[in-house]
Amino acid sequence: MAKTLAQEFSKGLWEELPPFRLVLGLCPTLAVTKSVENGLGMGIATTFVLVCSNLLVSLLRNVIPAKIRIACYIIIIATFVTVVELLMQAYAYPLYLELGIFIPLIVVNCIVLGRAEAFASKNTPVYSVADGLGIGVGFTLSLGALGAVREVLGEGTFYGMQVFGSSFEPFTFMVEAPGAFVCLGLMLCLINLAGNR
Amino acid sequence: MREMIKMVVVLTVLSTLSGGLLAAIQSSTQERIDSQVLKFVKGPAIQKILEGATNNPVSDRFAVPVGEEEKNFFVGVYEGKPEVVAFETKGSGYGGDVGVMVAVNVKTGKIHGVSVTTHNETPGVGARVETHEDFKKQFKGVPIGTETKVKKDGGEITAMSGATLTSRAVCTAVRRAGDLYGKLEPQIKEKLSTFSG
Repeated sequence: MAKTLAQEFSKGLWEELPPFRLVLGLCPTLAVTKSVENGLGMGIATTFVLVCSNLLVSLLRNVIPAKIRIACYIIIIATFVTVVELLMQAYAYPLYLELGIFIPLIVVNCIVLGRAEAFASKNTPVYSVADGLGIGVGFTLSLGALGAVREVLGEGTFYGMQVFGSSFEPFTFMVEAPGAFVCLGLMLCLINLAGNR
Repeated sequence: MREMIKMVVVLTVLSTLSGGLLAAIQSSTQERIDSQVLKFVKGPAIQKILEGATNNPVSDRFAVPVGEEEKNFFVGVYEGKPEVVAFETKGSGYGGDVGVMVAVNVKTGKIHGVSVTTHNETPGVGARVETHEDFKKQFKGVPIGTETKVKKDGGEITAMSGATLTSRAVCTAVRRAGDLYGKLEPQIKEKLSTFSG
């Protein structure tokens, strides 16, 4: 069942949409989606790590001995995460301050290790990059969507812009931690409804 | 045996390459990161403690060599006279070093104000030091070089409730600032005189 490149890419956008269909990578999903900007920033950082680590794991898949593959994957992933952290400090410092500890925590994001183990270690580099990009874009869009709902309801803004008149009383609960669970639950429910049709 | 050797070689090579890559990126972004930290973290802290200065304290700075490093001093001009210098010292808190910006009035030898720059303290406990003005106000007017200590340790400073370690860290940083100032006073005064109001 060889899939085309486009199929490998697009599966990440719906069939295997990380937080909603696979329900993976929930730690950053819940923690950083206070606003659209944070959600997208986190998503882009994760996408970068996913694509780079998938590429490298795939290139080295015949070199890495099976017994120590996890250790090798972690080294590769941790390296790229540190690269992202440094670049973010240098070029997007305010975002880095917002995301804080969740950038280094991409290392233990099970999506990244999951793709390396389940996909990149068995497929060619081109397909692995397509897979990483698809999953990454899906993850970014999911975080962006969740961030949008929480920001609009909780702050009354979208990407920092006011969307409602000044009479709107922000539903602050939504930008706090419990709001993340409620919001994620409701969105999961809607997506499952749509998916089961 | 051969497999063993292969595992060791692969892991070693991989780690070495990662280390090299990270070192290269670290050294090429260091300067930019420092300037970003200055702009977004130290900058606001400096502006805050040198409030009312007629110059721009972030750009009016000079460096004095301390051992092998250089220490930055930020100048505050009040009523046409460059009388206040601010510089950063560190004290060890609950979650690592707490960076404290200490401003000293050179003429009176008293502390003009303190402000916290970088820290990793517990949110809601030690991290309150960022906004806890009543705590930081206690340092104002204290002669520089005084052995500042929290009351528990026999000093004069009332610690923030529940955050003794963080309060101690600030006291330590202020003490270190005193030591440093005592050592560098002639150089600081000399450099200051080159700044005209």
